[in-house]
Amino acid sequence: MKILYYLFLGIVFGFVMTKSEAISWYRIQEMFRFESFHMYGIIGTAVVLGGGGIALMKRFDIKTYNGNELNLKDKDWSVPRYLFGGTIFGLGWALTGACPGPLFTLLGQGIWAIGLVILSAMLGTYVYGAVRDRLPH
Amino acid sequence: MTTLLNALAGSWHWSVSGAMIAGTMFLLLYAGRTFGFSSNLRTMCTIAGAGKRHAFFDFDWKAQRWNLVFAAGAIIGGYLAFFVLPNPEPVEISSSTINWLASMGITAPADTGGSSSYVPPELYATNQIFTLRGLVALVGGGFLIGFGTRWAGGCTSGHAITGLSNLQLPSLIAVIGFFAGGLLMTWLFLPLILAI
Repeated sequence: MKILYYLFLGIVFGFVMTKSEAISWYRIQEMFRFESFHMYGIIGTAVVLGGGGIALMKRFDIKTYNGNELNLKDKDWSVPRYLFGGTIFGLGWALTGACPGPLFTLLGQGIWAIGLVILSAMLGTYVYGAVRDRLPH
Repeated sequence: MTTLLNALAGSWHWSVSGAMIAGTMFLLLYAGRTFGFSSNLRTMCTIAGAGKRHAFFDFDWKAQRWNLVFAAGAIIGGYLAFFVLPNPEPVEISSSTINWLASMGITAPADTGGSSSYVPPELYATNQIFTLRGLVALVGGGFLIGFGTRWAGGCTSGHAITGLSNLQLPSLIAVIGFFAGGLLMTWLFLPLILAI
């Protein structure tokens, strides 16, 4: 049953990402060229509603379905890790027009070339895992 | 009913989409999970056996099974939204973006019989895998995504949506990085790569 819950959420997410056109390479270029509000509207709405919701969940001490604390750990403080890692991801995001979620959703559209992007994203993650001790965190 | 289906099939308003994404995050939090898509790339490396070589991948990936199921759902969702309830209209972007792309030889989004209007065929048609430009964009771009998200500890879902919603300063730094990199690519490097 739990599997079905996550499968259902994933299906909704993939559907939303497609209908919002957030998976579109064109939309990503348009965003980084500041030529439309569309993508900022999506991310902005998600963050405003998300922020309000999380504040309320904390205020009213909402637990998970089985009574545990919500999985909202504070992130370790650092600058280089987030700034350098984030910049590298941003370069890839604008080049491929996809962040990790859309990589998978586009596969569902039958765009087989995205499989190559997924494989090289795995390679990138692997290389990070191999050299991470030598990177600032 | 037809009106409802038409509304579902077409392009959704950004506020509806944003609200649905926030809803997805809440439902994952309620289940004791967290909304972070790029973790799947690490899990997939572990399943492929990377844990034998590097400690970073030596973890019990079964704890992340739910996230792989979520990713599988995202593929099915893309299938349903594209093939079962397709948007009859191509992705509609601003004319200034279309003109800028045209100046680099990228055609506007168009429903070109069966191929997707979401991505440009100049980069994503299957035969682009065999061109130098396609390889640089697809392999290079994928590598940057995989390396960058793991170094930063998250992607758009983990940092931009969940992290910012949870008022995490590290996530704000990461998102500033996302945009710095994105702006550099779109304004500086992309025209060079498309000229290959």
